[in-house]
Amino acid sequence: MSTTPADSVSDRSEPAIVVKGLTKIYNGKKVVNEVDMSVPKGAIYGFIGPNGSGKTTTIRMMCALLTPDGGEGHTLGYDIHKDARAIKENVGYMTQKFSLYGDLTIRENLDFMARMYRVKNRKKVVDETLRTLGLEGRGKQLAGTLSGGWKQRLALAACMQHKPALLLLDEPTAGVDPKARRDFWDEIRQLSKQGVTVLVSTHYMDEAVQCDYIAYIAYGKKLIDGPATEIPHQVGLTTWRVSGPDLVQLEEELRADPRVEQVARFGAQLHVSSTDSAGLDAVVAEKSGENDARKWEKKEAELEEVFIYLMATAADNFGVNGGPSA
Amino acid sequence: MSWFSVSRFGAVLYKEFIQMRRDRMTFAMMIGIPILQLVMFGYIINSDPHHLPTLIEMADESPVARAVLSGMETSDYFKFEGIVTSAEEGDQALRDGTANFVVVIPPNFERDIVRGLSPKLLVSADASDPTAVGTAVGALSGIIDTAVKQTFQGPLAPVAGQPPPFSVVVHKQFNPASKTSLNIVPGLIAVILAMTMVLITAIAIVRETERGTMETLIATPVRPLEVMLGKILPYVVIGYIQTVVFLIAGKLLFGVPFLGSGLAFFIGFNLYIVVNLALGFLISTLVRTQMQAMQASFMTILPTILLSGFMFPYAGMPGWAQVIGSAIPATHFLRIVRKVMLKGAHLADITGDLRAIAIIGVVIMLISMLRYRQTLD
Ligand SMILES: Nc1ncnc2c1ncn2[C@@H]1O[C@H](COP(=O)(O)OP(=O)(O)OP(=O)(O)O)[C@@H](O)[C@H]1O
Ligand SMILES: [Mg+2]
Repeated sequence: MSTTPADSVSDRSEPAIVVKGLTKIYNGKKVVNEVDMSVPKGAIYGFIGPNGSGKTTTIRMMCALLTPDGGEGHTLGYDIHKDARAIKENVGYMTQKFSLYGDLTIRENLDFMARMYRVKNRKKVVDETLRTLGLEGRGKQLAGTLSGGWKQRLALAACMQHKPALLLLDEPTAGVDPKARRDFWDEIRQLSKQGVTVLVSTHYMDEAVQCDYIAYIAYGKKLIDGPATEIPHQVGLTTWRVSGPDLVQLEEELRADPRVEQVARFGAQLHVSSTDSAGLDAVVAEKSGENDARKWEKKEAELEEVFIYLMATAADNFGVNGGPSA
Repeated sequence: MSWFSVSRFGAVLYKEFIQMRRDRMTFAMMIGIPILQLVMFGYIINSDPHHLPTLIEMADESPVARAVLSGMETSDYFKFEGIVTSAEEGDQALRDGTANFVVVIPPNFERDIVRGLSPKLLVSADASDPTAVGTAVGALSGIIDTAVKQTFQGPLAPVAGQPPPFSVVVHKQFNPASKTSLNIVPGLIAVILAMTMVLITAIAIVRETERGTMETLIATPVRPLEVMLGKILPYVVIGYIQTVVFLIAGKLLFGVPFLGSGLAFFIGFNLYIVVNLALGFLISTLVRTQMQAMQASFMTILPTILLSGFMFPYAGMPGWAQVIGSAIPATHFLRIVRKVMLKGAHLADITGDLRAIAIIGVVIMLISMLRYRQTLD
């Protein structure tokens, strides 16, 4: 019999995932560097960071697919070093790269996964999954011939059939169209209400804002984490909003200024941000002197600006130039 | 938590069958290649062996008899292994493979020569491996002729001078026509099975790593044994098909008989297949890509062809080669197949070979279970 998480985690307040000093070394490089993280039960936990920052590697260690080179942790109360099997029984993991069988049909894939987790009433569950996906008519299509977005949706559905207490989703909506993404997030919120914990990595800002908690990782190091509402404060980003004539011209000038870290366009407004609050204020003072027609307004940065800021560092972390070495 | 789930094992098994069925090309090759090989090898292979194990039944201890024997031994083709005291003993040795030849010196051999009665010297040969025996038998009359001439010198010289003072009767057992194909076909079963079984299992598993499906597979609670058995069994079926094709083609094209016990063959055959599949599984745990899997598989196939007794008679190989050969499953299965098909052997005749294969198999499986990664490390 599969063990339910309730067997080992009686205390509802105990986090679904806790890791301390989690470290993974590839070729002498710490691609995950002493990461501490705590994912509360029932939360939607967003995991963001540039390409190659170590998100996938961290998630793999959390679901016991990789052995950490350092650190410790518990997933659903099970030790990530010792209780790999129990973790695997109770977690739904969706890989970043499509990893179902391209030469099996959609139905065969769902059926295979259901059997792997020994799902009861398998046929009914698979039928139900196909129906929710809206793929009833295409059950016999080979999974490999699905479009990229549909592959993602199939993979997601496949890892949820056994009703796991924790979902680890590695960029589940990459390449998925907006409507399907909205549906996906509706479902995630639904699951979260039922007490399922969801850890989801994403590069989409509009998805990050839907999370209850956020962790930001770069160069394998966790730089920021906490409830989503506290993130702007933690980042310490100052934002000015400006509207008026000739914004295109202004945008160019601001981008060229080293004291300005980010200029983003929101409708008829420019949001000008920087962690260098004093520098930014000075820039604004100069610019507002040049043209009275523009309206300047200082506001605390909102989540969206913060995420754009965080994600703008999206050069490959351990790429050609390499990050700070371990 | 159970240590083995029939549901998960069944799921892996079923999935493998579907994938195998959809991969028509590979499927066709697995059936086509054996036939091709059978035809090619069946008509081509030949060789010239030495030091073949020989037993003597000596009913006459005369100088002539001894001269004949020493002549045979110095010829390099024969190697005397000992004395037998009865015809049954000699037959048994031929059947279980301890000897390739039994030389019978009849009673009063020398006396009959001197009296000009032209006695018969009987050589029983295990011709199931005709390449091993053919050349040796061919050299025999020359050897004996020389030996006799050396013995009958002086007053007895006229005896040697007369046309044939005695005759050599070669009794070819198991394969009287010395058809190479008779020996090659059973040997090929062993080699082809090893080739395809090792290769396709290795590839089938590495394919999961290469396509990335391994990540999802091992993220599920599936256990190594479930994966291993589920992946191996479909190919057992392929092995069955190949063997049936072989037996039929061998019979139709080369007239290879099947004289022994079907049960003995069946048991040895299943054991052999499982060991080869386990070897394929082991390879898959050691390599990362399908290309590497292919190369590693061919690495195992070379010794299988060269050192198992398939190409060159095992008895004629140098000691070190025999040691390596004895660790190759094909060596033992080859003996089983030849004994059963050509010599009419039964289960009792092949127990030693079965045991050897089983031991090799257990070792391979133990290593591969230890090597199978349940993580992506
Ligand atoms: N098996 C491996 N062997 C060697 N290096 C690896 C391996 N897996 C990952 N890495 C390296 O570890 C670093 C982190 O990779 P990871 O896949 O965790 O990043 P990520 O944050 O998921 O990136 P992305 O957003 O592109 O998915 C990268 O530099 C990558 O090259
Ligand atoms: Mg990733």
